[in-house]
Amino acid sequence: MESIIPLLAVGELFPRGITPYLLGGLLVGLGAAIIYLATGIIAGASTFLESTLSYVSDVPRFNRFKYVQSRGWRLVFTAGIISGAAIWGLVLHPGIWTTDVQWWRLLGGGFLVGVGTRLGKGCTSGHGVCGVGSLSNTSLVNVATFLVVAIGTAQLVQALGVSP
Amino acid sequence: MAETVRSPWFLPVIYVGGLVFGLGLAISGMARPEVVLDFLQFEDFGLLFVMGGAAVVTGITFAIATRSLNRAPLTGSEYTRRLKDFDRNVLVGGGIFGVGWGLSGICPGAAYASIGIGNYPILWSIVGMFLGAYAQGYWRTLRAGDAADGVESTAD
Repeated sequence: MESIIPLLAVGELFPRGITPYLLGGLLVGLGAAIIYLATGIIAGASTFLESTLSYVSDVPRFNRFKYVQSRGWRLVFTAGIISGAAIWGLVLHPGIWTTDVQWWRLLGGGFLVGVGTRLGKGCTSGHGVCGVGSLSNTSLVNVATFLVVAIGTAQLVQALGVSP
Repeated sequence: MAETVRSPWFLPVIYVGGLVFGLGLAISGMARPEVVLDFLQFEDFGLLFVMGGAAVVTGITFAIATRSLNRAPLTGSEYTRRLKDFDRNVLVGGGIFGVGWGLSGICPGAAYASIGIGNYPILWSIVGMFLGAYAQGYWRTLRAGDAADGVESTAD
């Protein structure tokens, strides 16, 4: 692990700088704040999975009132997320970008994200942004859990030589 | 529920909010699995500023709205904070999510945004998320009869 030594230099902690991260984070918060101030709704991104499944599945869990009555605006919210990112990809920073991460990591990781965010009542936006912003103990514990486990997993995958 | 009377501005505002949210995910790099994995592998700590910056904005907004504002103009809903009950599922689900996030470098909002930047391989992750959400919903519906799942599932 020879990469540990240069890590100690402060300049190496942010090889891409800080500005895009901070600006992006402020916009993520602003997007949630716009919806909240106008509607009182605290929007998370992962409930979209269950609410959208209610269109195609008879499983009672997906057809509970809170999913069926919110599925319409959750589709609109997700369309907004895609559109906002497309403004970046088409206008501000033109060019198609695709990941090199292998398909089985994307599929398998996605599956576990689908199980885990629904079982754990939220994801990086629900717990991580809105829950932490609410100073919710439940969210703080969830975020600490997924951060520690994700760091361990990513380090293990790297140590096993899987790249990208 | 206040949702019975909705302003015609309801869906447009949701769309604009999502748009700003997605723009932020794209600018911050969270829509790119490589950037997230670099963070988790301690090669770039910038992601702390994404989650931190976003949580500060929502935190200030929630604090002001719950103390000083009346009701949301487009729905008539009261302003509340996001406070969910703690139980074992919060830990187990967080752990499973953590394995998935560490393996793929992708989370739900960032995955949708990734479509917007033209990253079509991310569809593997989105298919995976729907399968995962379906599997847990199906499994919990099967289990609901045991009443081991608490109050939430008895509504089924």
